[in-house]
Amino acid sequence: MIGIDVIKQELIALGKQLPIYLDYQATTPTDPRVVEAMMPYFTTKFGNPHSRSHFYGWEAEEAVELARENIAKVINAEAKEIIFTSGATESNNLAIKGIARFYGSKKRHIITVLTEHKCVLDACRHLEDDGFEVTYLPVEPNGLINLENLKNAITDQTMLVSVMGVNNEIGVIQPLKEIGKICRTRGVFFHTDIAQAYGKIPIDVNEYNIDLASISGHKIYGPKGIGALYVRRKPRIRLTPIINGGGQERGMRSGTLPTPLIVGFGKAAEIAMLEMKKDYQHVKILFDRFLEAINKEIPEVYLNGDKEQRFPGNLNLSFSYVEGESMILAIKDLAVSSGSACTSASLEPSYVLRALGVEEELAHTSIRFGIGRFTIKEEIDYAVALIISKINNLRELSPLWEMVQEGIDLKQIKWSSH
Amino acid sequence: MAYSKKVIDHYENPRNVGSLDKEDLTVGTGLVGAPSCGDVMKLQIKVSEQGIIEDAKFKTFGCGSAIASSSLITEWVKGKSVNDAGEIKNTEIAEYLSLPPVKIHCSLLAEDAIKAAIADYKSKRK
Repeated sequence: MIGIDVIKQELIALGKQLPIYLDYQATTPTDPRVVEAMMPYFTTKFGNPHSRSHFYGWEAEEAVELARENIAKVINAEAKEIIFTSGATESNNLAIKGIARFYGSKKRHIITVLTEHKCVLDACRHLEDDGFEVTYLPVEPNGLINLENLKNAITDQTMLVSVMGVNNEIGVIQPLKEIGKICRTRGVFFHTDIAQAYGKIPIDVNEYNIDLASISGHKIYGPKGIGALYVRRKPRIRLTPIINGGGQERGMRSGTLPTPLIVGFGKAAEIAMLEMKKDYQHVKILFDRFLEAINKEIPEVYLNGDKEQRFPGNLNLSFSYVEGESMILAIKDLAVSSGSACTSASLEPSYVLRALGVEEELAHTSIRFGIGRFTIKEEIDYAVALIISKINNLRELSPLWEMVQEGIDLKQIKWSSH
Repeated sequence: MAYSKKVIDHYENPRNVGSLDKEDLTVGTGLVGAPSCGDVMKLQIKVSEQGIIEDAKFKTFGCGSAIASSSLITEWVKGKSVNDAGEIKNTEIAEYLSLPPVKIHCSLLAEDAIKAAIADYKSKRK
């Protein structure tokens, strides 16, 4: 093992800064090629794409439509099927609430999964308040849904199934194609939150029978504040809009389109499509390098979520007997998260890990390492060396580790909960 | 969440980490919290014939504030009489470490731990 300081010097020589960014599920840096594409649309090409009477408007509109096309292509959709929103949270809200409100007089049942993103779960909770019935499917210990459970949950009242593509916390890939097939056969709309999957793994809305799909710009090296909802046209899916106004975006989402953000999003999509294989290989190699080194050096570390059916840009590990927050503090040269950025302020262990049946104490020890396009091998080596250098001290500090070493079964102890 | 300088200091240089012989009659052991809550503290004191705490050791599974709270309390109790140590309030720990509201329970756990250690010591003396 090369010394930790040697790797640190190497990183600095390579122009990398500390802390090392390993939180690519929270957000990604904007690709410099994206920023370059966006710049003119702030200054010289600043027109409102909805202005019909002059060149500035036409110029902006053309740029927006080109971006729409590039965004659609990544998932084999038509440009007209892309509705711009402020991000995946809005897209998920629009898809779920929009469809429920439009078709709600006929059918009142929605199916989703316990491990969905908070915004999907919260949108569903709000619909429950409005009298809709929601089924939250459990997941298997590997984080994937059981297709038989899905089939059994569908009734003649079911209007919508919402299952995400890649999980933001643990990276597992749900079987979208199989889910789409079931939904199409049973005449149920299929929505998927593909914020973490889009541009990273191949997704074909036609092959997978997807009716609605939520996309985010900043998860694919594009700008924050822009996203999209794919809405199928054949057969036509209708939504009641959440935002009313001038009727932009086929009436589904009013408001002036933010041209620079859309241009950036479009460029990011174009790059993602061209470089998807390369990006995937890159993160896969680094994932394997990281996991192998950790497994070789540290006992009792567990990978959360299925090892094969996952996007390798996500490495969620439980370091048993070391509480996650103290681990993060110890490895402060690494910018990582103990779960999703939305929930990490709370003291509860991750609801996603608990849905997997990960024991609560182990759920408290999990850390999510996110690897992306700009991560380099030296950063992974530094991360691994840093973790190895700290883990022993942290375990020496842990009464649980000591008890386990003494052969005490932690489950037999009567803990005083507080 | 940003930690205070004192928390960082105790976290990075924890005082009195370790274990004392729990079978020793002059040693009191307190084990509080639960793994499922994300905090477990083990605090031990060694008490002299005169009832003075000669040594204190801890091990903690928990966040930075939990580790700092237990580290700090081991410093505070050393040299104190058992009765005085039992008087330490969690609010004093929280105030000294400038713990944010969501971390107050860490100081409470440290108070529980010293009380449990003293109770264990006293029960051994009976």
